Amino acid sequence: MPFDVFLNVAVAGVLTGLVYGLMALGLSVIFGVVRVVNFAHGEMMTIAMYLAVVLFSSFHLDPLVMLVPIAAVLFAFGYVLQAGLINRFVTRPEHSQFLLLVALGIIIVNTLLIVFGPDARTVQTSYAYDSFQLGPLIVDATKLYAGAAALIVAALLFAFFRFTLIGKAVRACADNYTGALVIGLNVGRLYALTFGLGAACVGAAGTMMTLIIDVTPSVGPTYTLLAFIIVVTGGLGSMPGALIAGVLIGLTEALAGLLFTPSAKSMFAFGILVLVLLFRPQGILGTRRS
Amino acid sequence: MAYIRTLPSRRRLLAGAAAIVTTAAAPVVLRAQSGPLKVGVLLPRSGFEAGIGQDCQRGVELAPAIFKSMGLPELSIMNGDTESNVEAARTRAENLINDGAQLLVGAFDSGQTTAVAQVAEQKGIPLVINIAAAPQITEQGYKFVFRNFPTAAMILGDAFANQKEVFATVGAAPKTVVFMHVNDTFGTAMAKGIGAVMPKFNMPYTIAQEIAYDPAARDLSVEVAKAKASNADALLVVSRLNDAMLLTREMVKQRWTPKAILSMGPGWYEDQYLKTLGKLSDGPLSFVPWYDPNKKLSKVLEAALAKKYPGINLNTNHVFTFEALLVAADAYKRAGSTDPKALADAIRTTNITDNVSIGAGIQFDAKGQNDKVKDGAVQNRGGKLVVLAPQAAADAKPEWPMKPYQDRV
Repeated sequence: MPFDVFLNVAVAGVLTGLVYGLMALGLSVIFGVVRVVNFAHGEMMTIAMYLAVVLFSSFHLDPLVMLVPIAAVLFAFGYVLQAGLINRFVTRPEHSQFLLLVALGIIIVNTLLIVFGPDARTVQTSYAYDSFQLGPLIVDATKLYAGAAALIVAALLFAFFRFTLIGKAVRACADNYTGALVIGLNVGRLYALTFGLGAACVGAAGTMMTLIIDVTPSVGPTYTLLAFIIVVTGGLGSMPGALIAGVLIGLTEALAGLLFTPSAKSMFAFGILVLVLLFRPQGILGTRRS
Repeated sequence: MAYIRTLPSRRRLLAGAAAIVTTAAAPVVLRAQSGPLKVGVLLPRSGFEAGIGQDCQRGVELAPAIFKSMGLPELSIMNGDTESNVEAARTRAENLINDGAQLLVGAFDSGQTTAVAQVAEQKGIPLVINIAAAPQITEQGYKFVFRNFPTAAMILGDAFANQKEVFATVGAAPKTVVFMHVNDTFGTAMAKGIGAVMPKFNMPYTIAQEIAYDPAARDLSVEVAKAKASNADALLVVSRLNDAMLLTREMVKQRWTPKAILSMGPGWYEDQYLKTLGKLSDGPLSFVPWYDPNKKLSKVLEAALAKKYPGINLNTNHVFTFEALLVAADAYKRAGSTDPKALADAIRTTNITDNVSIGAGIQFDAKGQNDKVKDGAVQNRGGKLVVLAPQAAADAKPEWPMKPYQDRV
């Protein structure tokens, strides 16, 4: 097979992987701080996708322009959800948290089904069919924009946690829950803020995903599972790990489809997960807990 | 006062026995005299096949008024959603029968229909398949399962014959094709069938590469890159609706326009495909079970569709779902009863010549398969669909080769 085919497929895989990574980043942020696995993550991404589709079809607002407003709406949704509901479950057994969030996911899927019906919806931007040609390399414009936006959002998130006072306070909560309480941090509010930020991440990822895939109410659970695979592979709670694992999964799926059979793409993502669980259970960039 | 026990007289005994017999026979009498036939229509109304399921439903909605004008009895439709899922299809079929369905119609997808057929046979309720091509469904010796739709082998045989007719008309043919197909029950059956049937037709092309993909795939960029790299002249494809749209988008983005797209399944002729892709939807050739635009009932169905759903083209989904109900109504009229066995016997002796699909009409062989139904060759042309072959049903000449996608964007 010619080298340019490998190159094209690899670049497409990396760009899709960046968006996967951003989606999983939200899950990782939430788990890293709140210690709750958001099993409604993909479903929350579907809300963002429908918001992008509705804003485009009703007002012709480009998803890339609406990325920040939609992320803000998802932030508010996540904040209210954590403050009003999930905070009560933080100290409860893990199976209670799991059931709560799975139930939330089912409610979201069925609400979207009632409101929008089962048909696939998409946004037809002016650049929907554009591609850039650089010698033998043909890059899908929408994937390039989505990948670049994913990098920018991820960089902003890293900067927030590293350089702002609130970001440092959130990290303090993640490092030592009791210590954070002792020094007077409002942990409940910081948890809500963190869940909001995780939801904003998935909101941004969902907005960009509308450029790459069609949305149906049933797409959510698939992406919840994918985000979970990425986060476990990258290391639960590790933000750079989520981004790296997203790229790794995107690239692996693409190359596996090219070199083996496309219908077995997902099998290779699960294969990576099994290998990581066997040889590095804490994930690529995760740390072992005593 | 003495208690006198009287034995019933012979006359009274006879009257009592007659009353018991009458009461016992009442359900049978009621069955024969009951009103509309309760028909459970199972379709994938949600999930990844929802678009096609909703399209089939249009065929259901057109039926009552047309049946009335044809003097056929009324049907009471009970809708069931298979959720594009085999297990859900099985459960919904059981639920519909438990809720009183006297006949089932469905279920578009071969895998789901296989599950529904098992339930129908087990419960002794007739199933009239609207769309499902996997041959094994009518190879099980079922007594209550009937299919007014070609099997994968019949579709392939007609498809190759119609392709050769199109190639002869345009005086050109591809030398190589890349074969892409979904890896579900239907796609796999078609792929196996192509291997078995193609050599018999002495086709002008060879298959350069075969690419199977997941029917629920959200991104087919790798698959299209692989197909493009094969340097084949044409794309031979067995797909569904969503993947047909994904494939087209990727071909545009990856700047690849094959000389022809030869589809042997759904997707490429459907309204959602035509509307979503606009100018990019022009050109693909679909070799599929279709309607004969020259038949009287086709014109009636087209007019009814245009009135109820303006801007929607009549297609396989409407036609075969409508015809499945036509088989049910016709059988009910002749059976004069809702008894499942009487209905099944009536369906077995169906002989409908005033129908819509291409071919001699609707009759079922000993296996419950309509062996008279034929495929057509259809091309997308400016948001409309024209029939190119067989010649008896044709209403246009083929456009060949496909106009490059880059000249249309």
